[in-house]
Order: sequence, then C-alpha cells, then structure tokens
Amino acid sequence: MASNVLKKAESFFDHFERWRPTQNQTTHYCPGCGHGNAHKLIAEALDDLGLADRSILVSPVGCSVFAYYYFDVGNVQAAHGRAPAVATGLKRSHPQSIVMTYQGDGDLASIGGLEILHAANRGENMTVFFINNAIYGMTGGQMAATSLIGMKTTTSPYGRSVENDGWPLRVCELLATLPAPVYIERCHLADAKGIMSCRKAVKKAIKNQADGKGFSFVEILAPCPTGWKMTPLEAEKWVKEKMIPYYPIQVFKDESATREGRFPQPREVADDELWKALDLGLFGETHPYDEPFVKNFSTTHFKFAGFGGQGVLTGGVILAAAGMQENLEVSWIPSYGPEMRGGTANASVVLSKDPIGSPLVVNPDVLVAMNDPSLDSFEDTVRPGGIVFVNSSIIARKLRRSDVDVIYVPLTDIAAEQGLTAGANAVLLGALMEYTKLLPIATIKEIIPLGIKRKQLIDANLRLVDAGVEWIQNNVKGRKQSVTVPPSKQTAATPVMFPEK
Amino acid sequence: MQKELIKGNEAVVKGAILAGCSQYYGYPITPASEIAQAASRYLPPVGGTFIQAESEVAAINMVYGAASAGMRALTASSGPGISLKQEGLSYIAAAELPCVVVDVMRAGPGLGNIWPEQGDYHQVVWGGGHGNYKCVVLAPNCAQEMCDLTMLAFDLADKYRNPAIVLADGYVGQMMEPVVFPHKRVKVPRRDWALYGDAESKRNVISSIHMSTESLEKHNNKLQGKYAEMERSEVRFQEIKTEDADLVLVGYGIVSRLLQSVVEMLRAEGKRVGLLRPITLFPFCSKRLSELTTQGKHFLVVELSNGQMLKDVQLATKEATPIHFYNRMGGAVPSVDELANVARKYVK
Ligand SMILES: Cc1ncc(C[n+]2csc(CCOP(=O)(O)OP(=O)(O)O)c2C)c(N)n1
Ligand code: SF4
Repeated sequence: MASNVLKKAESFFDHFERWRPTQNQTTHYCPGCGHGNAHKLIAEALDDLGLADRSILVSPVGCSVFAYYYFDVGNVQAAHGRAPAVATGLKRSHPQSIVMTYQGDGDLASIGGLEILHAANRGENMTVFFINNAIYGMTGGQMAATSLIGMKTTTSPYGRSVENDGWPLRVCELLATLPAPVYIERCHLADAKGIMSCRKAVKKAIKNQADGKGFSFVEILAPCPTGWKMTPLEAEKWVKEKMIPYYPIQVFKDESATREGRFPQPREVADDELWKALDLGLFGETHPYDEPFVKNFSTTHFKFAGFGGQGVLTGGVILAAAGMQENLEVSWIPSYGPEMRGGTANASVVLSKDPIGSPLVVNPDVLVAMNDPSLDSFEDTVRPGGIVFVNSSIIARKLRRSDVDVIYVPLTDIAAEQGLTAGANAVLLGALMEYTKLLPIATIKEIIPLGIKRKQLIDANLRLVDAGVEWIQNNVKGRKQSVTVPPSKQTAATPVMFPEK
Repeated sequence: MQKELIKGNEAVVKGAILAGCSQYYGYPITPASEIAQAASRYLPPVGGTFIQAESEVAAINMVYGAASAGMRALTASSGPGISLKQEGLSYIAAAELPCVVVDVMRAGPGLGNIWPEQGDYHQVVWGGGHGNYKCVVLAPNCAQEMCDLTMLAFDLADKYRNPAIVLADGYVGQMMEPVVFPHKRVKVPRRDWALYGDAESKRNVISSIHMSTESLEKHNNKLQGKYAEMERSEVRFQEIKTEDADLVLVGYGIVSRLLQSVVEMLRAEGKRVGLLRPITLFPFCSKRLSELTTQGKHFLVVELSNGQMLKDVQLATKEATPIHFYNRMGGAVPSVDELANVARKYVK
C-alpha cells in the first residue's frame, strides 16, 4: 500500500488528520493510483532539497484536490484549471517561496488550457506537476483531452474517435515550442525504473525554481485503475503498452544548466517617494481662497468640440484644472457613449461654486467649436444667451442663431503664425478667458506647463495664450451678453465676474 | 490644500496603492482600461506587481493567489469581464479571502457597447457566482469617491475577509474631478491565516472544500453571519433634503449626480423633493428606506438598468408607499430636464 511508503517523507504529515481524525495513516486514493506515488516523489524531493518550509502547493480540482491532507507545506486549493493563475499570484507576492501546482489532465489540459499556456509563456518561476491519467478520475471516468483513440470512458462509450473528439493532446510537446520554460520532461510511474527517473525529474523541477531559473514542467503518466476499470497491475501494463507509445517518455527541453538564475528582491519605498511616484502634488497648493470670487461665481457649463489633434480635450482639462486651483468645484468628462457625434471629440466642463450635480453638459453656456461637424452638432444645444467661440480658420459659415453671443476667432491661423498649428487650444484659452473673465489668465498659464515636457514647447504655448488675449483686446469691443447672468438682467456692458488678479 | 485633477479610473489605482495594494492583475476592457493602464504605470516603480492576465478568469485567480499570500490585491473590469470573474469571486468569498474588484459598468447584455449603464447590479450585488455568498458593494459617484471607496473597500475586505466590489459606471470612471489624496500609506500587517512561504505560515490551508454537510452548513452559516454583521454595521448612504420631502429620488452612481441637479431644480420651484443615494449597495440602506416609508414619503427610483435596484427598494419598503420608476438602458443617459419632468409628475 502506498501509505506505508508515504509516511517516510518528512514533508508529509505522519497522520493525515486533515483527512480524518482516526484511521488516518492511509490516503484517500484508490489502490494502485498514481497520485500516491507522485505525492511521495514530491515530498521526498522537498526533503532532499530542504525546501518544505518555503513551499506552497496549489492543489487542483480532481482526485488530488485533497493534496493538503498529506503535504506539510503551505497549501492553497484552486478552482478547476486555475492553479497556474493562483500560483502566479502567490509567486509574484512572495518570490522567495517555492510554488508548485499539481494538476490532473482535465484540470490542466482542458479547462485550464489557457492558464497553463500563459504561465508557461510568461516563464513564471514555478513548478508544475501534470498528472496524466488519460481520464477524469474524480467525476467518474469521463473522457479527458488526453484519453487515447478508441478509449472507452463513461462519456465515450463507443471509444474516443478523432472525428468527434479530436486527437489526444500532447501537452509537453505544445509547451516545448515556447521559449520561456526552462525544463519540460515527461516520465511515468509504471515500473521501478520509471519511478526512479520520475524522482529525478521532480527534484530537478523544484530545484530549478529555488535556483531562480524559471518555469519547469513535469508530466507524469499515471495509472487510474478505478477509472480504467482495471486492477493495479493491469493498469501499470496499460501505461506501458498503450500510453507510452503515444506519449513518449522524453526530455523535451532542458536549459537548467545554462540559464542564469533570477532573484527578484522585494522593494520598499518611503512614503514621500511613493507620493512622488504616484505623480501626486503635481498641481501644488491651490491658490488662497478668494471668498468674493468663489461666492459670486455662477455655475458655467462648457462644451469643447473639435477633431482629435486640435487639443479640445486638453483645453477642457486645463480650464478645469485652473478652476480647481481657484477653489471652484470642477468636472471634466470626455465625449463618451451616446454623446459622441459626427466623429468629433468633445469634452464637457463644469465650473461652479457649489458641488456639481450632473457633469454632463447638454445645454452649454459656452460652446467652443473647432471644426464644422462640431458646430453642426452643438449649435442648437447652446443655452439662449450663451457664448459660442467659432474657430473661423476652419469654419467658414456663420451661426444660424441670433440669440447667442458669437465670437469668430481664427484660432488655427493665430497658432500657425506663431509656428505651432497644434496650439489652437492655447490661443482659445487666452481668448476665452480674456473675453469671459471667468478665470485669471495667470492661472491658465500656471497649468499649461504641467502637461508639457519640453521647455521650448511650454514657452510657445504660453505665447499663444497671450496671442489669444491680444486678439480679443484688439478685435472685440465689449461683451454683448454675459455667460451666466439671466437674459433679463443682461446689459451691453461687460460684466466682470471677478476682480482681475 | 493639494488637489489633483484626475480621472475616476486613475484615482482608483492611486487610492489602492496608498491603501497598501501591491498587486494588480487584470485584462483590458473599455471603459475600465485606464485602471489597468494606471496600475501598469504606477505599481512596478514602487515595488508592486502588475500583470496583464490572459483573461478575466485568470486575473481573478491571480488575485486569489495574491490574497492567499496575504497581499492587498486589485483587479478591475466591466460587464463581460465581471461575468468571467464570478467563478473566482465565489471561491474567494468561500475561502474567506479579502480582495477588491472594480466594475466600471458598460451597456449590455452581450457585447452591448462601451456606453454607461448599471446593468451589472444584479450580478454584483445579488451574487452572480454560485453559492450562498455576498460581496460588499460600494458605489462611488465622483472621482474623490473612486479613491476613497477603493480605500474603504480594502479595509472592509480585510475586516470581513471577503471580496469587496467598487461598482462604478462609465461616466464616473471617465470623468476628471479634483481629488484630495491622503498623504500617508497603509501598511498591510502580516495576517495569521495567509501563506508567506515560510515555516511560520506553512500549516495554513486556503480552501473552500468541505467534506461533510455539517461542516459545509456550518461554514455557510458563518458566512451568513458575516453578511448580517455587514448589514448591521456597514450601511452607508447619502441624503439630500429628504427631511421635509414628499418625494424621495433614489439612485446611485452617475444617476445620483443627475438626481442631485433635479433636486436643486425642483426645490427652486418650491417642490419638496429629496435624494437618497445608496453608497453601499450591499449592505443596502433598507432600514432607512423603511423609515422614510413610515414617514409617508413616496419614491422615484431611477436607474440605468431594468429595475435591478428597484427590487431592493421594493423589498425594503414592502411597497407601503408608492414607488415610481424611471430607467434608461443601452447607454442612453437621461438629461436632468428629462428626469425633472418625470419627477414633477409625482410631486405637487
Ligand atoms: C468548473 C468545474 N467544472 C467541472 C467540475 C467537475 N470536475 C471535478 S474534477 C473534474 C475532472 C477531474 O479530472 P482530472 O483533472 O483529470 O483529475 P483526476 O481526478 O483524474 O486526478 C471535473 C470535470 C468542477 N469541479 N468545476
Ligand atoms: S479514481 Fe483514479 S485518479 Fe482518482 S483516486 Fe482512484 S485511481 Fe486515483
């Protein structure tokens, strides 16, 4: 009986109390089952290498789901097929630990096909034991991906057929095509010689991990007398005569001797370093709270629209950030979902002294239209009495409406004059702020450099803001209507909404 | 004060890292991808792990592994990916492991599209995976809460050794707003149940299998006990002007932001309207709803789904007072005017 041998390894419990409190010196496996021997080889290898204390075994769903009954190592039980993913999480969390998965053919070659493929392909520094018994043992002898052609199982009562079920899957051969794994070998448990070489393979696969060499994979052809409806002896014979011819016993890949070991070291960063690494504090302190400014600020809804590359989204972000620094409530949301129209990019921005309810701007107080589709899409949505900034470099037509305040400004041309066509949004921000007096120009200019790496580009953009300001000063006499004052109270004079800072 | 103008999705990651999260495993999907992107940018330089998993199934199982290892671990996705994570969530809840999952909901069913919706309420709040388990569910409605509730989610996940889900929507995830981040980091303590790959922890077993009906029933009862405790201690909600309200609007996430504007609009017209915003969806603010019912208030439930939260409101109030319902689906988001018109029908 397997149990007598099992007790010898120190990495095994003496009594399997996790199984049952009494009569606990035998395993739960059937007589002649390959799992018992495979367990024993792993436990012995852990003893030999002195690694039991560092080890975590991930058990599968299958007959070996109870591996934790036996192994005196850390144990995690995974969902069917997911052991390599679970092992990835464990190993990445504790790179110094020895993480092994132990999986059957249903678990590894069928339901967990993707997880094993990718763990191998990432070259996770882990060890995988693949117990191929060509059948689903636990659930009552159903066909496995590895069942042989013609093999009768409870779900292939007429024998496995290539037409219906495809070919038996050779997993070692598949994984051996990947560059990442360091070691892939198939062995068997059908006789003493097979067990001997299996012992070596198991040990090597674990040692490779301790040496930081990467992904090692050992397939073990194992008898399942119960599933195969055979005696233990017949089952051993069947492994030799039927399985081995299809699943050759072989080393498919072994770079153990030549690979450099990798030992990732855990790294701790100080709180301040972490804060910086997260790009926090980028905006610096908000400006001193200016009570009259904030208290008198009327909620303003903006829509920035144009095509990608005109910087409309960024323009909106800069405006919102400037509002934030002036202690306003702000929100920015990009065109997203049903709002997307006409192939344009657009962003909604809200500035307010009060907490912002809906961040979605349906009827803007201020519309910035950088191209024709934008104006076509949003002209009608502007609140009566609102402001429309039209990029007249690109949009030739005039507005159809007369109940809004419209500024035709050649944003792209002004930017091009300064040699930076992509800077139309900077011109816009200068013009918009000069015209509406909503936020200090200085604050806008404080934000712009935060998003730009090159000093030259920063200076150019700041010049464009000034150009926008100047254009308004030279070309627009006074504001006809205010942004947020109700139409009844509007005068021809320009209402300055906050003292210039 | 230092504020950052930041997308909700990015605020999740920065909040998580400040909360001591060192492990992110995820698979990209709009509108949640910025979470994976930010995690891939910010975790490795500070000694954390980012892996783009081969699927959401793998991602949640990597989280299972990292949580077994005693780490604070995060994954994020949207509807189709959350469906795939349900198996893992059931195992994580069953094995009593803490973890945080963010669902930035999109429009379904099927592939649907990337537009905002709230159609994951059922699969997230009521379960979704197999078995008698529950997840803590937190519903942010702004970027600040994407940070704060992610941090809280880690605390609650640890406190109850249970998955916590941050249920956001496309708008809350995509929106940029000012966020104030805490200037200190949570240190995750060593947990006596986790596996560290050392002698001290090696007798720990992380598993969800039970070999007798007695044992499994006992385990189920223990879990139910935790959920009952959550219902006693963890209910969070926000109320705006409900005191004298005749009609209480009920909505979470982006809907609550729209409803906030509706309240302002109708109050300006002298109509007595208030807002109840559930912040925890499980545990749900049932007790508060039933109190409001006793006060004779009527309700208007608004959601971007087919009456999924409505069911919880009906259960809580036993429909003792009228509950009206308005919804949009498929990515359509109602305007404030549209909602105000609906609300006007139900209040003098
Ligand atoms: C998702 C899921 N599907 C199906 C099952 C049922 N199931 C349990 S074990 C198993 C197959 C076991 O076969 P194998 O992996 O070859 O292991 P063996 O029992 O032969 O050692 C199946 C299908 C499950 N537990 N979970
Ligand atoms: S059914 Fe097969 S694999 Fe399972 S314990 Fe019995 S012999 Fe082993």
